[in-house]
Amino acid sequence: MSPAESLSSPSQKPVEIGVRGLEVGFGGQLVMRGLDLDLLRGEVLGFVGASGAGKSVLTRTILGLLPKRAGTITVKGRDIDAMDVAEREEIERRWGVLFQQGALFSSLTVKQNIEAPMREHLDISPRLRGELAMLKLSLVGLTPDAGDKFPSELSGGMIKRAALARALALDPEVLFLDEPTSGLDPIGAGEFDTLIGTLQATLGLTVFMVTHDLDSLYAICDRVAVLGQGRVAAIGAIDELLRSDDAWIHEYFHGKRGAGRESAHRSRGVVKV
Amino acid sequence: MRGLKKFHRESGDSPCGFFSWMKPQLMTMAPSIAAERTDEGVVLRLSGDWTLRAGAALEREAEAIAAAGAGLGKAWLDVSAIGALDTAGAFIIDRTRHELGAGGVEARLRGVKSAHAPLLDEARYRENQTSPPRRPYLLTSLVADIGATIVAAIRDLWAGLDFLGRVTAATAMLSLSKWRVTPLVFHLESFGLRGAPIIFMINFFVGAIVAQQGILQLARFGATALTVELVGILTLRELGVLLTSIMVAGRSGSAITAEIGAMKMREEIDALRVMAVDPLQALVLPRLGALVIALPILTLLGDVASLFGGMCVAWVEGGVSPVAFLAGLQEPYMLQRFSVGLIKAPFMALIIGLIGAAEGFAVKGSAESLGSKVTASVVKSIFMVIVLDGCFAMFFAAVNY
Repeated sequence: MSPAESLSSPSQKPVEIGVRGLEVGFGGQLVMRGLDLDLLRGEVLGFVGASGAGKSVLTRTILGLLPKRAGTITVKGRDIDAMDVAEREEIERRWGVLFQQGALFSSLTVKQNIEAPMREHLDISPRLRGELAMLKLSLVGLTPDAGDKFPSELSGGMIKRAALARALALDPEVLFLDEPTSGLDPIGAGEFDTLIGTLQATLGLTVFMVTHDLDSLYAICDRVAVLGQGRVAAIGAIDELLRSDDAWIHEYFHGKRGAGRESAHRSRGVVKV
Repeated sequence: MRGLKKFHRESGDSPCGFFSWMKPQLMTMAPSIAAERTDEGVVLRLSGDWTLRAGAALEREAEAIAAAGAGLGKAWLDVSAIGALDTAGAFIIDRTRHELGAGGVEARLRGVKSAHAPLLDEARYRENQTSPPRRPYLLTSLVADIGATIVAAIRDLWAGLDFLGRVTAATAMLSLSKWRVTPLVFHLESFGLRGAPIIFMINFFVGAIVAQQGILQLARFGATALTVELVGILTLRELGVLLTSIMVAGRSGSAITAEIGAMKMREEIDALRVMAVDPLQALVLPRLGALVIALPILTLLGDVASLFGGMCVAWVEGGVSPVAFLAGLQEPYMLQRFSVGLIKAPFMALIIGLIGAAEGFAVKGSAESLGSKVTASVVKSIFMVIVLDGCFAMFFAAVNY
């Protein structure tokens, strides 16, 4: 599917997660002021915004890690607040989360980290669990010997990959990525983009990706949402955002760093996996 | 990559929609197989949802395939009727195919949906992924464990001496102007002031218990009045400083280890080093200094609390009036006993602080390591406090003090 298609017919895809009138605040400070956002099934939604604009706050609120003051979050049309514990758990099992720092359990090996969610939620045999963990490991491009290492023995890129493998452990439908390529070298970041694109295509994932990486936005995102003033200031395919005359958006994509990316991607066409 | 096509998983788009979502368990169709004999050979038809949500059923069906296919020369796995498929399902189908192959059955897939093709390709069975860990022999591992523990204990002692030397060097090189007063006062508050109530309570109760037992036992000889000597000497010389030190080891020694350990995990110690700040001077010396100042004061408080507890019980249970109790404490040798107790306090503080800090620096990257080091810190410092107390007892006996 090309970005143009997703732009012309966004309503064809059902809404996986819908956010309406979300308000989140800390003390007297309001971070989200009536935010509306739709995450469509099967799309890769990139989420950008100035540092401190509340991208992580939104992610954490959707994940239920932060309380909201007002607004509704619906998953497949069902209000998340109206769900009982079992339903909520069911939802959480369908979601995979890649935290910014990986958040791997430091006292478990990588393989045990990947097995942890399976151990909690599935009644499969230890053999299959181990085999699936190794499968996930190879899906994210890690060698089998990485499975026996502890998180403190891994490089930054390997931590991201291992954490992605854990996020994929239960074959989630929705994948939340919090700055997946931050702290990676350009080659590593490019590989990670390709990896996410491939996995998304193979597994039919819906991906919600907070990122500052312009390359990621160009390479794998179907749509990009821009967060500003506690709301979604703009949302659409990247080509559409490039034409936006909002000052911040313009600076973001056409500034010193953005302009180079833009011309590079123009010259070889928008890269889609 | 490899021109994979995007597809949508079916499980989310079940026709029952909204209501099935409320009962998610019912939404998935259990995986199942059916064997059928055709002109082309045996066809094993796979149907239902082959996803992780099926759990153990997935493995049961895979075994059923293996059982149905065993002994045949050739078999078709018809996957055209499969609903939803995920990596686990794709993997287990391919694994079963391999297992059949190992048993001499040539199993082939047919009717692969275009949506499932990339999954079946990506989640291929991989052989010999891990070698199973070797089980060591019980006896050798026991001997090896004992050896490793002894070596670790010797290394520990060595590392402790090394740490003591480095702290001494850091102290010696510390210029007076560089004394970090603010952290010293801060730690003095957290180790001393905040610890005062619990240390008062504990010593009060122990003093009361000693007095109560003293009265009970001494009453048989009609020597109830000696309770004052019993409580006074025991408290001032041994119990006050010992109980206070053990409490401080548990309260503050553990805090020192946890703080320094967490800083080590988050590379904060390294950040100090590259700023040309000696972590020993910045982190350890203020804490050590605070402990060395706080522990004698807490010991004094503990002594007072213990004597007070003893006095209360002696008054209520033994009929020894507070005036008589206080008069008994004014014997000249009581001051000497008190000084014996107080002399020990700074040394106890030093050993608690040193062990706490050394264990903190020994923390590795994992949360588990932090936990084990905090435990080790408390256990070692309480142990060393008691050993040190014993050494002091021998020393004071030898010098007739």
